[in-house]
Amino acid sequence: MKKRSEVLYFTLRNKKLLIGSGIILIFLILALIGPSFTQYKPLDYASPRGAEPPSAKFWMGTTFFGQDVFSQFVNGLRATFVVGLLGGGLGTLVGMLIGFTAGYRGGIVDEILNAFTNIVLVIPTLAVLLIIAAYLQVRSLMMECLFIGLTAWPWAARAIRAQTFSLRTRDFVDLAKLSGMKPLRIIRDEIAPNMMSYLVLVFILQFGGAILTAATLDFIGLGPTNTISLGLMMQYAVLWGALPFGMWWWFVPPGLAITAIVGALYSMNVGLDEIFNPKLREI
Amino acid sequence: MLRLDKVSKIYRVGAFGGKALLAVNKVSFEVHKGQVVSLIGESGSGKSTIGKMILRLLKPSEGKITYNGEDIGGFEGEALKNYYRQVQGVFQDPFSSYNPIFKADRIFRVVHEEFFPQVSAAEWGERVEKALSSVGLNPAHVLNKYPHQLSGGQLQRFLIARALLLNISFLVADEIISMLDASTRIDVLNLLADLKAYGLSILFITHDLSLAYYISEQAVILYKGNVAEQGAVEKIFNNPLHPYTRMLMESVPRLDRKWEKGVRLVDRDVENLRTGCPYYQRCPVAEPRCALSQPPLVEVEQDHWVACVHYESGADVLKPPALAG
Repeated sequence: MKKRSEVLYFTLRNKKLLIGSGIILIFLILALIGPSFTQYKPLDYASPRGAEPPSAKFWMGTTFFGQDVFSQFVNGLRATFVVGLLGGGLGTLVGMLIGFTAGYRGGIVDEILNAFTNIVLVIPTLAVLLIIAAYLQVRSLMMECLFIGLTAWPWAARAIRAQTFSLRTRDFVDLAKLSGMKPLRIIRDEIAPNMMSYLVLVFILQFGGAILTAATLDFIGLGPTNTISLGLMMQYAVLWGALPFGMWWWFVPPGLAITAIVGALYSMNVGLDEIFNPKLREI
Repeated sequence: MLRLDKVSKIYRVGAFGGKALLAVNKVSFEVHKGQVVSLIGESGSGKSTIGKMILRLLKPSEGKITYNGEDIGGFEGEALKNYYRQVQGVFQDPFSSYNPIFKADRIFRVVHEEFFPQVSAAEWGERVEKALSSVGLNPAHVLNKYPHQLSGGQLQRFLIARALLLNISFLVADEIISMLDASTRIDVLNLLADLKAYGLSILFITHDLSLAYYISEQAVILYKGNVAEQGAVEKIFNNPLHPYTRMLMESVPRLDRKWEKGVRLVDRDVENLRTGCPYYQRCPVAEPRCALSQPPLVEVEQDHWVACVHYESGADVLKPPALAG
């Protein structure tokens, strides 16, 4: 109880964490309740007059085709969070599973898992996607998350393996073994907390990477066909000349949102590092 | 009580584990109840490897370690936990023995959770305070602190207190005072002596001869994983027979004597000496035959064993040739 309140104390005092999580929370709320503030569907042709700057009717203006940018933005935000959380989460999870096992067990287990990691690492993602796309007629957002998660984990696994490798030779791990702790508990209670901020960073980078990969996939026509994402918005904007025609309301919001989300997550990571590592705390 | 029987540890090194490194070679000794045995050797002599094998952190490649007659290699699950109830270790570096992100007293909580879940928190708190007092620490000053807020001596005594909570009968003390400064050193040493008086057996791993002489009854001198000399500490110190032991004795600085002439160091050019005496490369009195076969460990007098060809035959045992230089 005492320990818990102490962590809470340092959490509430940490500005970097508070600002970061505040920004994420704002976008999350926007993604959750935003769609109910607009009567237009993201891909509906709402305005007959084509591209229009922001107005009282269209809060963020309309696209080249007269679609409501606000509706696209909040719905895209939703898809972006889903891809980031599920795709990035899955990538982190698989990376942790393989990295911890290889690093802690060592020996032949490590060699096999390392070889597997390297094989997945060098598989050309796009080529595999083209093949998969050729076989699948309907592609959903979940499929995209699954694919991103299952191809993005190798570098996370390698980094986690390397850190586990160095941590498991430390004396406190030996001492934990002498206390009769089981391997799973040693990994969870002794090794993982030491790299907790690193695991959060891995998740953040997987999160951002998943968003960017999703945008790339959407752009080459291999993403889900029936939805919108921030990446897709930017790609459409560039494709239909939003830059030369000065339609800033089309490409600035999604770009700003992606930057703000990833930046906020990074700020959270630095803040969490200070909470997890007492040496970095500002007393 | 604890017995090592021709224990060896071979590491696979190099690409694809193609080369073998013999870290410990057929070491045998026994530690009796209430006895302190010193394991003396330089860096890389395999002394820490032996300690880790006793603590089951490493597996011996050959040979057997038995505790009260039972092979410790066979302990699994509850039996292993029971072994750790009685056999514990304290390591050289007090700072790396603690998980830096948790408070130092977490080691006591782990012991509580793993070994004494039936003891109430209040009673456990009392036990911890008692154990801390018995290692000369004031519980109010040292509890609820992070490892970096405590000194090396305090952390090291914390680890000993942790072992006391378990009520152990055998302690592996791996260079536990080499990272402490001189004033706290003697406190920890005396603490070990007190524990010994209560019947605790200690394997005292060190590179410092004077410490070994101060605390132990038996000594094992290791060189590159091989026993050079072993037996009663008095006999080894008063009558060192192996050239390596003598070199070690010469290297100990003394308060009553100025350093006049350094020990003459020998470094023979030997490529991959596979047979022969392990000390051949540096031995000042080596002969050609030393390069041919490894001398066996022979008992030259009661409770005094040496592995050196000069003492193989009984005749000139106690008349060693003068050390060259």
